[in-house]
Amino acid sequence: MSLLKAEGLSKRFGGLVAVDKVSFSIRPGEILGLIGPNGSGKSTTMSLVMGIVRPDSGKVLLDDVDITGWAPHRIAKQGLSIVFQHSRPLHRQTVLENIMLALLPDSLVRLIADPQVEAKARDIAARVGLAEVANQLPDTLPFADLRRLELAKAIARDPKVLLIDEPFAGLTAPEMHAFSDLIATFRSEGRAVMLVDHNVKGVRALVDRVLAMYVGQKIAEGDPDEVMSNAKVRSVYLGGSLDEPVIKTTAMAVAESAKPLLSVQAISVHYGKAQALDKVGFEVHEGEFVSIVGLNGAGKTTLFNAISGFVPYGGDIAWDGRSQHGRTPGAIARGGIVQCPESRELFGDMTVAENLGLGGQRLPKAELERELAWLFELFPVLGERRKQTARTLSGGEQQMLAIGRALMMKPRLLILDEPTLGLAPVVLDHISQALEVLRKETKITLVLGEQNVTFALKHSDRIYLLEHGQIVWQGDAPGFIREAGERYL
Amino acid sequence: MSKFLRSYRFWITVVAIAFMAILPIKASGYILGVLTMAYYFGVFAMSWDLLFGYAGEVNFGPTFLIGLGAYGAGMLNSYTPLPMWLCVIAGAAIAVVGGVALALPALRLRGPYFGLMTLVAVLLLLQFIVIFAGSTGGEIGLAVPDVLSISTDANYYYALVFMLISGGILFAVSRSPLGLILQATGQDPIAAQAMGFNITKHKLFAFCLSAFFSGLAGALMIFYLGTASVNTVVDLAVAIQIIIAAVLGGRRTIIGGALGAIFLIVAGELLRPIGELSNFVVATVALLVLLFVPDGFLGAVLKRRAGL
Repeated sequence: MSLLKAEGLSKRFGGLVAVDKVSFSIRPGEILGLIGPNGSGKSTTMSLVMGIVRPDSGKVLLDDVDITGWAPHRIAKQGLSIVFQHSRPLHRQTVLENIMLALLPDSLVRLIADPQVEAKARDIAARVGLAEVANQLPDTLPFADLRRLELAKAIARDPKVLLIDEPFAGLTAPEMHAFSDLIATFRSEGRAVMLVDHNVKGVRALVDRVLAMYVGQKIAEGDPDEVMSNAKVRSVYLGGSLDEPVIKTTAMAVAESAKPLLSVQAISVHYGKAQALDKVGFEVHEGEFVSIVGLNGAGKTTLFNAISGFVPYGGDIAWDGRSQHGRTPGAIARGGIVQCPESRELFGDMTVAENLGLGGQRLPKAELERELAWLFELFPVLGERRKQTARTLSGGEQQMLAIGRALMMKPRLLILDEPTLGLAPVVLDHISQALEVLRKETKITLVLGEQNVTFALKHSDRIYLLEHGQIVWQGDAPGFIREAGERYL
Repeated sequence: MSKFLRSYRFWITVVAIAFMAILPIKASGYILGVLTMAYYFGVFAMSWDLLFGYAGEVNFGPTFLIGLGAYGAGMLNSYTPLPMWLCVIAGAAIAVVGGVALALPALRLRGPYFGLMTLVAVLLLLQFIVIFAGSTGGEIGLAVPDVLSISTDANYYYALVFMLISGGILFAVSRSPLGLILQATGQDPIAAQAMGFNITKHKLFAFCLSAFFSGLAGALMIFYLGTASVNTVVDLAVAIQIIIAAVLGGRRTIIGGALGAIFLIVAGELLRPIGELSNFVVATVALLVLLFVPDGFLGAVLKRRAGL
């Protein structure tokens, strides 16, 4: 007897298959962990279940009622609640009023709230540990309490099934324990819970069963230890076995005295109350290939966004000896630091050629033609599809286009943020080959952000390991395998 | 603290209302006339804020609703033997029906398209009135047989009482559970739906309420003026003035809309001696407020009191 059941759920966005025939079920009192790296389709799966996105095919059953294709508010009333990762409470209302909101009936005629609503809201606040701050405004709360508020809103309607997106993101270890205990209480109440997270590590203590996804497909299911030792799962997270001698020891001899091209000096970044980066520092020399590895959520993207000037930061970043403070993202990119972002950020309605043309906007015509020709040699498929709109490309082609567009800007330093995201192994090989070409045949300095360690080890001269917003290890590839490999998963 | 604030605001409100109520004893007919118009504008702006501040929808065509109410009431009064008060109510009803006809398809659209559709609706109404000039009076305007009153004082009190009642109801709705749901809808539609709220239903209701008070105010205003003309109740310039008033006064405050409207109309009158420049000065003030006090007058005051 299962409370929530999904059968063959599929969803396509243009040329991209986000979820591919995924099935699972959760029993009452069971906690299922849905894991997968960014781009694996786990968030889309959650949106499909909640009705936020309509599935192309497949079915969702809640307590044997077919809720496929229902509007989210009907699904919510049927007994499904979701805890979003980002809390967006009403800022002018108190914590208590925010919880009361979730208790209100979906009605136009009841303009005066049921007097019992307040008592109920107080009970819920007490249960999630917000009793003390019930009359405060959300803006005065610490980050962990805002997550509690989201949880309070979700359980207000006494749901049969709870979906929780990245339950522990941004929480400290003691906060994680408290939150974890709270979620565990749902088990005895007979609710079914689905936790969505990047990796097993985060949810292992809490879940009964884990389902791992990759490239939209289910790749493993079972108890946490089984899934963690599953060869397919290991290869997804590590990109293959770390024991294989895939490492090329081509580490360049970088003169100790040489001035670094990019020097990141103890930078810290906060998102509201959550700390994303904590005094991160690293250096890159001209011509080097440096990787920042870390699980999703470790802070890689934030680090790159700080370098590109998209987020404010404390500390300093020096480029070619000059502080980058006060420079706009545009000026930084023109200065030679070009980022190929994790989310790719292609112009979906423009063609391949137009996307590339935008990248090479500032090049003289002859040089533009030369660059394009070189690029089509690097990625022949882009040449074949130059008239096609970016939206209709497959995931791998979109990634090549994103890299291509960044290259058209003639970077001195190219930052690649998770180019392997959501890509099948065969596509990875193409990207891998292209990176080798860049490394050997051009003068471009490369910084790669990856959670796929093997992919990173294959190319890097030096590696930094980022964990919870801090650099916890640095060294070369053989050193990584000896010292850091085991603690990674 | 919150109790104290409430009483603080309560007493300010009482003093303000008392001041507005005794004003006719001293003030000249000219000032009363200006304020009468300002009060109707206040209702327009408050109705608009319910949609923008709470439901999060930018209605670029408040004058579509106002115009429907005004012309609906005016034409009924001209061409049927219905008594004036029935014409007023019918005008408000027409505004609601027209509003629903517009909102049903428009609320399905996302992003800026809702706003664009409301804008187009105003232009359509404008064209309609001009094309059927034979019955609508066209650009010259439509003279209505009845008037609310010929006494300046009486007209002033009609407008004041109407504004206070409308403001009271709109304010109560904004503070009710419905207002809370609307705010959640405007801020994060997906989260609001995931909490089990049918956001289309709530938005539509907000639109109806906004249409009702806009239409009612439009209808009453033409019976005060004695004529309905596109320049006073339909033109896009009027719509823009309403929007500026609501934003100046303070988004998501309802009462701020009335304050903004009174400020705009009174400022416009005070600056009349400098001629065309007055529009320029008012627009500049609006621009500065938008840039430096985006929460509006009342919004900024409330924020400071909340200690944020």
